[in-house]
Parts: sequence; structure tokens; C-alpha cells
Amino acid sequence: MHNIFISIVVFFIKYPKFDISYLQYEKTNTYLTMRKLLSLTLTALTAASAFAGGYRVSLQGQKQLAMGHTGVGVVNSAEVLFFNPSGMAFLENRFNASVGANGLFARTKFQNQANNWTNSTENFGTPFSAYVSYRATDWLSVGLAVYTPYGSAVEWDQDWQGSHLVNNIDLEAIYFQPSISLKVNDYFSVGGGPIFVSGSVNFNRNISRSQTDEQGNRTDVTIDAGGVTAWGWTAGMMLKPTENLTIGANYRSEITMEARDGDATFHDVPGFLSTTLTNTTFDADLPLPAELTVGFSYKVNDKLLVAFDYNRAYWNVYKSLIVDFHNAAPTSINPRNYKDASTYRVGAQYTANEKFSFRAGWYFDESPVQDGFFAPETPRNDSMGYTGGLSYQINQRLGVDFSFLFLHFKEVNNSYDYYQEDGQNTSFGGTYKNVVFSPGVGLSYNF
Amino acid sequence: MKNKFIYLSLLAAGLIACEPEFNNEVTNASYSAGDADFSSYVAVGNSLTAGYMDGTVSRGGQMYSFPNLLSQQFAVVGGGAFTQPSYDDDINDYGGLTLGGMQIASTRLIINASAGGPEAINGTPTIEVSNQQAMAYNNMGVPGAKSFHLLAPGYGNLAGVATGQANPYFVRHATSPTATVMGDAMTKNPTFFTNWIGSNDVLSFATSGGVGVDQTGNLDPSTYGGNDITDPNVFAATYSAITDMLTSGGAKGVVATIPDVTSIPFFTTVPYNPLTTQLLGGGDSQVGAATMTQLNQQLYGVLDQILTNFGAGDRINALDLGAANPLLIKDESLTDLSAQITAVASTIPQYAPIADFLGQTYGQARQATANDLVLLTTRGVIGAAPAGVPAPFNSFGVTYPLQDSHVLTAAEGEMVKVATTSYNNTIKAIAASKGLAVADMNAILNQLVSGLRVEDGQIYTADYFSTSALNTTVFSLDGVHPNARGYAMVANEIIKVINSYYNAKLPNIVPGYYPGATVLPTN
Repeated sequence: MHNIFISIVVFFIKYPKFDISYLQYEKTNTYLTMRKLLSLTLTALTAASAFAGGYRVSLQGQKQLAMGHTGVGVVNSAEVLFFNPSGMAFLENRFNASVGANGLFARTKFQNQANNWTNSTENFGTPFSAYVSYRATDWLSVGLAVYTPYGSAVEWDQDWQGSHLVNNIDLEAIYFQPSISLKVNDYFSVGGGPIFVSGSVNFNRNISRSQTDEQGNRTDVTIDAGGVTAWGWTAGMMLKPTENLTIGANYRSEITMEARDGDATFHDVPGFLSTTLTNTTFDADLPLPAELTVGFSYKVNDKLLVAFDYNRAYWNVYKSLIVDFHNAAPTSINPRNYKDASTYRVGAQYTANEKFSFRAGWYFDESPVQDGFFAPETPRNDSMGYTGGLSYQINQRLGVDFSFLFLHFKEVNNSYDYYQEDGQNTSFGGTYKNVVFSPGVGLSYNF
Repeated sequence: MKNKFIYLSLLAAGLIACEPEFNNEVTNASYSAGDADFSSYVAVGNSLTAGYMDGTVSRGGQMYSFPNLLSQQFAVVGGGAFTQPSYDDDINDYGGLTLGGMQIASTRLIINASAGGPEAINGTPTIEVSNQQAMAYNNMGVPGAKSFHLLAPGYGNLAGVATGQANPYFVRHATSPTATVMGDAMTKNPTFFTNWIGSNDVLSFATSGGVGVDQTGNLDPSTYGGNDITDPNVFAATYSAITDMLTSGGAKGVVATIPDVTSIPFFTTVPYNPLTTQLLGGGDSQVGAATMTQLNQQLYGVLDQILTNFGAGDRINALDLGAANPLLIKDESLTDLSAQITAVASTIPQYAPIADFLGQTYGQARQATANDLVLLTTRGVIGAAPAGVPAPFNSFGVTYPLQDSHVLTAAEGEMVKVATTSYNNTIKAIAASKGLAVADMNAILNQLVSGLRVEDGQIYTADYFSTSALNTTVFSLDGVHPNARGYAMVANEIIKVINSYYNAKLPNIVPGYYPGATVLPTN
């Protein structure tokens, strides 16, 4: 991020034009806020970094994904509703729509050489997004975004070595975000909107490393909660100091999914525990952390656009996963101790002709998971994303977008050291290696 | 068409790249046998080798014998097939034994949750001693075997079971009535062995509460009783002969030392001083205090006075109402003061009628100390009525001394300690002379006393089963033998020894994944 900040400074020096715009806006409160945000980001950057990942899935638009999932300062399509809703105001067309979906192929391998353990899991997901925007008046645009920024599907072999931590998890959250954007003037807009989240979680794990029923089947519990809803908000601003430079900042609030009275079902319970481990309901909270994004795009020439984004995800809210069963079973406390994490993104778009445009990007995604808290439910570490894609304009209104993402993870040696067994912390770990590949396709319709 | 092609080729490239690979993939090649050859692994020993737990060998329990767990790790580095005596006839996994259809050994212990304690699982054993397999196995652990039994012909003779000359477990698989355990073991031509023999040479004395005889000085084991301590020279000669046989074909191996009784919950679970007002009052301290006061006035005080006259006043002291008081026990090593007690009691009018009884009962009685080990099996005896003893003297440990078979007294414990130390020195010396690795199970199990920390951070102790330690108890319900989790821990310790002594690289065994006690809602 230092680099990104430095490059912004370099722009100030290189492009004297900018200085003029800078003076123009210096006195506005909005700009001061922006500056505050930037300095906040800078402070955040100086914090020590470690691991990345969590259950954030960055696949919120085919065009922008292809550009390294940059977009806070890119006005390209209706996808801007996710990246920075204030950008709706600067969209060329009165009506813009983008829909798309990805096939998310995630594979994880696990091994522990000391114990001769090997395992792997392959999971498939289809995150999707849909955006529409409409310019109601010269100064007001409205829109609706539906997207799935958080989710996790991991299915290990039932009763595998880490089954006391997780057998399988399926976490889904759909965001519905009505938005407005106000064009303050030709250089500046603000925007935002409320977010309604509908989510579900299904999670299974064994109740211990060795408990079985009388037939030797491992005792496990499934917790399931659907239709969990919550509210949040997003707000952003966009600054176009020159014709070629667009600067943006966007904040998406933390949303805590409060599962209440979900179903907890125990399986293969031995007789002597049958009065303790009764099927019951449970309460649990799962935070979907806030995310701040700042960045900009620069139009190098008529054909080439480059963009840089910096994300800060405030994962520190995920202290522990606490499942409070409404029966005699003890409350399950699972420390997570996530830390805030950053992502650095760069992308470019080359508009070859009226029919074709090509995109490429790269990002570095830091994991929020700290050493010793590496649980196999989200077995991811720092990653580098390589993206690419293209759009083909079928006619003036309709275009088709293709994208792909290849996420490269370094193999990681880590463990989860806070599993309590008879009051003593025990460790489960090994070497993990992930590969994620995600092709995507979408349609854009503008007029 | 063109972009379709690009898209498809990208997809194909991505899917191929989607296979994660480690820099160093874990395969069998990640491990090695080092200087050892596990192609024919033979385990000799006693119940600890046979997979005995919860008071028996059962079909389910045998799977967790430490040699069987070891063999699974050996298999990764060229270990051959590992066979164990068949328990297919243990249809219901009850364990126990029958001889000619008559039950001669009880079924495996379980926790009956409704009663709150260990009990033999309700059912009839189907393991029949006369169901003879006549076969040598890789696991030649024979429950109950002492060192010299491994070399004794006839130890597997069916006809000898009834007379106590033969071992029912060995009878089931001895290749002939005259076969020896070692003879059968050697037919497997071991390239690697473990030998954990010797515990019963001293432990059966200890678990019997020291009712046997210390046979030190008697060099003829054929004259020994089942609960006697083997002469150390007999042990050394036997151990040496066994080791010579095992190594005769050039086999390498691990020999294990004998655990001391202080690391075994059978001897450490029941406190020597459980007598509180709470306990004596059946939960009501006031009632208990009244009882205790009465005991002090009518029994403890009187005995204390009489014994003090004969310089033995420290044997029995008044009970302290505010403390946990020691049990009353009989100690055969004490000078017998029966006559003296009877004589004095006769002079006290109210005690004169029972003067003889008092002398007989308390002549060698004393209160227990921390050096006396009360056996696990005595737990149910404390407070129970001895047969034919009138009230109020009919309460074991309180008004009537616990007998020799209930307690391993300090003097008996000392004999056990001397023998254990001697055997272990012998084992280590013979191992050194043969270049064999030593698994110092005595030292390893002693670590359990303060807590043995394994690789995953869990700490295991030598504690007996409790519901707060469902996942961490390593001893089975008999209090002497490990449970499946404990055998996994033992196997892992042996792996460490093999890895370091024979430069091998064997994968660990993680005890946390192995089961503990069977807990049933009812029995």
C-alpha cells in the first residue's frame, strides 16, 4: 500500500493539472473525509501482516474481476454498484445492467508428515452477481445490486483427522443493495445504500477426537440455520479531478449474522450421552467484516485503462465462533482471533475496437488468519490472484463478458492450537496447499 | 468462434493447474526403516503385549494391542503381515473366558452410567479355551505370563488349565501341548521384535496385595506360587535366554522395562485416608462426628492406650474430627501383640468378654500411612462387613482392619520396588550387551504421574477413569492395563525409541484419536 500511496503522490507531481483540481476541492468537507480515509488506510498498512483468506470471495463482476477485481475508481459498467455505488453517476448510459456468475473450483490438499496423514477436498461453488442502474435525473442515479461476497464450502471426508474441527461447512450470504448516487458536479459524486443480507450456514463436526456410539460410529453434530437476515450499509465517493483520472473510496459496513434458534442435530450419540446431546436449537453470531476500499484508475490513452485498488477488511471482529446450545450440552467456544487484512490489486483494460476489449489483472490477498489459529474450515493463506478476460459487444446494447481467476496459494505449514479436550488445548495442523480456479461469464446490457 | 476457443483453452489450462501439489508430497517414501528390518515382526510379552484391557482380552480390545498399532506403522516401511491370536469366537465382544462351557474369567469392564462405576459387562463369554488354534502368531503376548513361563513346556497344555499348570490364553494357540511360547514365537523367524516381559514376576504379588512370597534366594521357579516375586537371578537367567533366542537369527528389537506400581492407578486411586465425618455419616457430617467421637471413646482410644503400654502407641491414634483419617489395616510385618491386647482387655470389665476377639483382630493392626497403597479393588470393600464379625466391629477399614489382600503395605511395596529395580537393571544390562534398544516404560509411565505431554499438546496422566477425563484417560477400567488410547501412547513412545536408536523414520501415532472406556447407560 505504501507503493500505491507513493504512486498517488507521484501523480500529483507528474500531472500539474491535478494540482488545480486539488485546489478546487481542497475546502470541501468531502475531500477532507477522503484524506482522512487515506491516512487511516496508511495507518492500517503499517500494522504487521501475516496470513490471509477467511471466507471472503472476491468475484463480484466479470469485467472487474478480469481486471484484478479492481473497481473502486473504475466507471465501466453497472458492476460499479458493488465496487463504489457513487460511480453510477458517471456511467455513460442511462440504463446499465450486468449479470454474471462464476464457477468456483477450489481444491485443498492437506498432509502431516509426522503422522502420515493425507487428505484433500474439492469444492465447487457458483457465486453470482446482478447489477442494474438507472439515471433518473442528471444528478441522481438509482440502482440495485445483488451479490454474494461471503461464502465458504468445504467438505472434508467424514471422520477425517481434523473432523473434531470440521467435517463440512457451507456458508452462504446474499447481499441485496439498493443504491443511489448523487452527482455533486462533473468532478465529484457520492453514493451508497442500505444492504440487506440473507444468509445460511450448515456446519458439521465430530464432538471429539474419539467419542463414538456403541457401534463405533463417531459422534457428530450438525448445526443448521437458514434465512438468517441482517442489515448493513455501504457508502462511497468518486472524484474525477481530470478527464483521465478517477479516484474512489468505498466502505461497506460490518454485518453480524445472528443465527437464532437454528437446528442442532446430534448423530451417532452413545446411550450414556443421549440425555445430554439431545437435538436442540442454538444461537451463534458470525461477523461479515467491514471493508474499506480506496483506489483509482487512469486512462493512459483511448485504448488503455489501468486501475489500482487497496482493500482493508476489518476481520478483527471475528474473535471466536461461539455456539450456544439450548440443551445441557456445553457452549462451544472456538477462538478465531482473526486480524485485519489487506488486499492490493492492479488491473488493466485494453479496448481493441468497438467489438473487443481485453482485461488482465493481479492481486495479493493477505489472510486474516493468525499463526496457531489455522482451522481447516477456511484452510487458506496468503494468495496471489491472476485474472484475465474479455468482452465481446454483440450489438450496441448487449455485450458478453468472460473472465477467469487463478488463485495461487503458497503451501503453508500451520495449525489450530486452541481445540479444548478435557480442558487442555490441543493442536491440529500440517501442510495445506490450495488452488482456486474460477471461470466466469456475464452479460451487460446498456442503453 | 475465436473467443470461444480462447475461453475453452483458458478453462482447460486452469483445470490442469487446479491440482494442488506439495513441494514434498507425503508418501511411503517419506519414511524409512533405518537400520531395522520389519519384514517379520514378532512381539513377545504378557497381557500388555496381548492387548489386554478392562480386565480381559476381547476381539475389539485386541485390535488396539500396541504391537498391532506398531505393525501398522511398520507397514509403511516394508513391514510384513502381522497376525494375532484369533478372537473370532468373541461374537459379542464381551471378552472373558470359558473352559468346557464354564465361565472362568469375567467379561470386560464397562462404566455403568446409571450405577456410576465399573462393572463387568452383562453377558456370557464365548471365548472357549478348548477352541484351540494350534498356530504361532506374530503377537505372542500371553496374558498372565511371567518371564520363565515363556520357556516352560506344557504352558499351553489344555489338560493343565484346571490344575493351574497351564495358561488358558496360550492353550488357545499353542502349536502343541508341549510347545513353549518362545518356541512358537521363533517359528516366525523374527527380523524385529519387541519384548515386554517381566511385569508379572513382581506385579502379581503387588496386585494381590502382597499375599504371595518374595522368592528371592529360591532358584526353582517350579515351586513358586502365582503371586510370588521371582528371584532376581532366575529373572536374569530367563531374560538372558529369551533375548538369546530372539536375537539368534540376527533380529534387532526393543525391550521394555517394567513399570513401577506407583505409576499405576490400581495402586494410586484409593486414598489411604478417606475417613471423614462426611463419609462416616453417609453424607451427614454431624452424624459422622458423633460416630467418630464414639469410635474414639470405645475403640481407637482404648486400643491406643493398650498399645502405648507396649511401646506401640503410634500404631493407632484417635480420629481427628476435622481431618481425613487413615484406614485401619493389618500389617503382617508388625510384631504380633494379640496376646498382650487380650491380656489387658481381660482386665477391663466391659471388654473382658471380647478380649480374645480384640487380640486376634488388632494384634497386627495399625492405621495406614501414605506409604501404604490401597488397591483399586478395595474401594468396594471399605465399610463393608467382613464375614462372621459382629457389630460394631464389622466395618472394613473403620472398625475392622483391611486384610493383607486389600493393601500393599509399605513393607510389601518395598519388596516390589527392590524387585522392579533389579529386573529393570537386568533388562537394561542385557539390552546393552546385545545392542538392543530399550523402551524405558518404567520411566515413561512415571512421567504420567506428573503428566506426559504428547506432540499435539495434550497431557496424559496416570489417573483412573473419571467423567471429566473421558477423552484423556489412558488406563483401562482394570486400573493396571492401558486402554486403547494408552496403548497408542505406548506404541508412540516405542516408535520414538525405534526412530532414535535404529535411525528409522516412522510416522507417529496420535493417542487422542483412540477410544477410552466403554460407557453404557445401563448394564
